[in-house]
Formats: sequence, C-alpha cells, structure tokens
Amino acid sequence: MSLKAIEFNQVCKQYSQSGDFVVDHVNLSINEGEFITILGSSGSGKTTLLKMINRLYEPSEGTINLFGEDIATIDPVKVRRKIGYVIQQVGLFPHMTIAQNIATVPKLLKWPQPKIKERVDELLNLVGLDPKEFKNRYPSQLSGGQQQRIGLARALAIDPKIMLLDEPFGAIDAITRLHLQDELMRLHGGLKKTFLFVTHDINEAFKLGTRVMIMNNGKVSQFDTPQSIVKNPADSFVSSLMRSSREQERFWEGLD
Amino acid sequence: MIEYALKHPDKLWKPLLQHLELLLVVMIVSLILAALLTITAMTSKPISNTMLHLFSIIYSIPSLALFALLIPITGLGKITAIVVLVIYNQYLLLRNFIAGLNDVDPSMIEAATGMGMSRMQLLFQVRVPLSTKALFSGLRLASVSTIGMATIAALINAGGLGSLLFDGLRTMNVNKILWGSLLSASLAIVTNGILIQMEKRIQNHNPS
Repeated sequence: MSLKAIEFNQVCKQYSQSGDFVVDHVNLSINEGEFITILGSSGSGKTTLLKMINRLYEPSEGTINLFGEDIATIDPVKVRRKIGYVIQQVGLFPHMTIAQNIATVPKLLKWPQPKIKERVDELLNLVGLDPKEFKNRYPSQLSGGQQQRIGLARALAIDPKIMLLDEPFGAIDAITRLHLQDELMRLHGGLKKTFLFVTHDINEAFKLGTRVMIMNNGKVSQFDTPQSIVKNPADSFVSSLMRSSREQERFWEGLD
Repeated sequence: MIEYALKHPDKLWKPLLQHLELLLVVMIVSLILAALLTITAMTSKPISNTMLHLFSIIYSIPSLALFALLIPITGLGKITAIVVLVIYNQYLLLRNFIAGLNDVDPSMIEAATGMGMSRMQLLFQVRVPLSTKALFSGLRLASVSTIGMATIAALINAGGLGSLLFDGLRTMNVNKILWGSLLSASLAIVTNGILIQMEKRIQNHNPS
C-alpha cells in the first residue's frame, strides 16, 4: 500500500459549540502527485477544509494525516514549513523586494546566502519572470498577475511536497487567469507535487484538477475525476452545478 | 530678554541641558519598558486590554498628584521624576504600538503565518516594519508630553527648564519666565521635527 499524501478521518469543524458544522465528517485520501481542485460556493467549507491542512484552523473532531503522520502531534510551525501556501490576496510583504519576499522561508531556515540567491533566480525563471528585471523591484511595482506569480514562487521556495492554493486567481482578469492556469498545470507536471486548489469557478476546477472535490454545506458531494463527475453526477447538487455550466455554454453559443 | 541671555548664559543652558538629560533617560527607559510590555501584550488579547486599561487609569491621575504620591517612596529629585514620566509614557506608547501592530493587513499576517513564521518572527519581520508610522507617532507623542511634564518635575527638585519657570514666577522675573517657556516650547518642536525626519528616512527604504 502506497503512502497517502493527505488523509482526512472523520474531520469536523464547528466555529462555536452549538453552531452548524462548517466541515461535516469528511473522509478522504489524496495520493502524492495529484492535482485536486476543491469546488464549492461560498460557505461550503472549502477554504476551512484547506486551512485545516496547514493548521491555520484546528479541526473540532477527527484527524488529518500528512504522509502517514497525524499533524495534530507536530508543531504547527513545522507543519507549515513543509507546505506551500498561496492566497487570493497574495500577501506579499510591501517592505521587502521581490527577491527578499521569495527568500522569506529559506532565510527562516538559515540557508547560506549563495544558495538563497541561486534559488531565487531559479524560481523567478520557473514562474516566467526575468530575475534581472524583477529581483530588486518592490511588490507595488508589479501587476496583479505578476504579484501572484511571485506568490507562487515564494510558496515553492523550499520545494514543499504539498501546495495549498486558496482561490489564487480569484482577483485576476480573465486573460491573465487563463495564462496562469496553463502555467500552473505545467508547473505541477514538472514538479511531482500534490496540489490542492480551492476555487468557486467550475471551469477552472474541471480544467485543472486530476480529481475534483465538490463541496456543499460542509460535506463532500462528490470526489472523482472530471470525466466521471460529468458522466455520473452523485447528487442533485452536482447535477445542478453541471446544468448551470451547460446553460452558460448555450448562452455563448446563442451569441455566436 | 536677549540682554539677560547674554549676561547669564549659564542660567539658561544649564536647565536646558538638565531637561535634555531627563528627556533622554526617560525616553530610553520608557522605550525599553514599552517594548517588553508590547511583546507581552501581543501574546494575548486579554493581556493587552488589561494593560491598556490599567495604564489609562494611571494616565488620568494628575502628574502633580503622582509626583506627590511617590515622594515617600523614592524621595525628592530626579528618580521620582523619571519613574512618573516613564509610567505616563507607557500609556501613550503602548496604545500606539499595540494599535499599529494589530493594524497590519490581515492577508500579510495570513501569508506569513501560513509560511511558517513563529509569533516572534511575525512580530519582528512583518508587524514592526509595517507599522513604523504608528510606532513613530507614539514615540513623538511621548517625547513631546515628556518635555512638557518634565517642567512640572522642577517642583520636586528634578531641575530642568521648570526650575527656570518657577524661579521666574516666584521672583516675578519676566526674563526667566519668557526664556523658560520659549526654551521648553522650542525643545518640544525641535524634538518632534527630528523624529519626523527620522521617520521619513526609515520609510524611504520601503517605497509603497
């Protein structure tokens, strides 16, 4: 039996004792190297589920294992340093240059200076930005799409095995977004990492995911390959999601 | 007035130097204490609220009363003045420091935490550099208030420009009153200006 990258066992999250389950008894397992997209409307629990993996939130019940290890037993700071984390607002530090931003975690880990420099150049090339041109700029001098590329590079800095991406392209215009999606797929293919990508955009979810997890009211409605979901929607929520997407398609065809 | 200054220069620069010395000592001690208290306050919300509440109560005590209250413990003189001024400063410094540090864009805090920064790393590498404005406004406020309040400390034999003022009042010497007021006001304005320049210098390093 191969080791699972991520496993959820009966994981629940309530924000208050009496409150509803934001994440409701979720069981799932994810293999190393998969690109999982988590699709759901706002309030479905998708972001909460993601943030429990790097212990920004603690589950109310249940356990989460990363490569067979229960993360509740590991220091949260150590868990997080093994996981890349990208958020919609990017959160680049405005008082640091691009190079310093990317070098944040390597510096925390006290990498030698030449190794950090080399890694920064390598990462900038990886995300398609010329190191010479961008290294010494400040985040405010970059476009939204460029900033998110830096966000990606920063998250990849110490080569984490798992990447968590919380609607990373949510605030980016449609054309740049398509470019970034393609590059993210290219990156995933070349890196052999496990990606978890939260989105509320159905096209994005089905385009990027090797498997798509559809969440509704804190529960996983369906977790399968895009093809299987399209062929056999598991419940009425998934069917209605498919229908809405098809309707949109027809709308575009009608305009043609 | 000019004549007075030319005739008795030592009567002006001595209290001025004393005042400066008091200011310097008070600000150094205040900053060290405020830094320690702020670090403690940043560990939990209840602690920071309690601290602010406590210091706001002390801050509401008139300075002359606090000087008088401390005389039986620390006696007349500089020590009492330093203790009282440092305590007053804590409210001004802590309120600005804590508000500034908590006011940093939450997305940056989330990104930094998610990357695996510890609480202290988050504080010193993200929160502090991103709240220089609030840190400096606390520092300026405390410095100017110290300069003003230190004049009152002359009443408990702590020296400084206050002694010039009170001497002048007692002997009805207009020159002393005018010079005392002028010098303490200028000291406050100049100190404020220097701190503004320092703040600008630091912020030039991070264009926004």
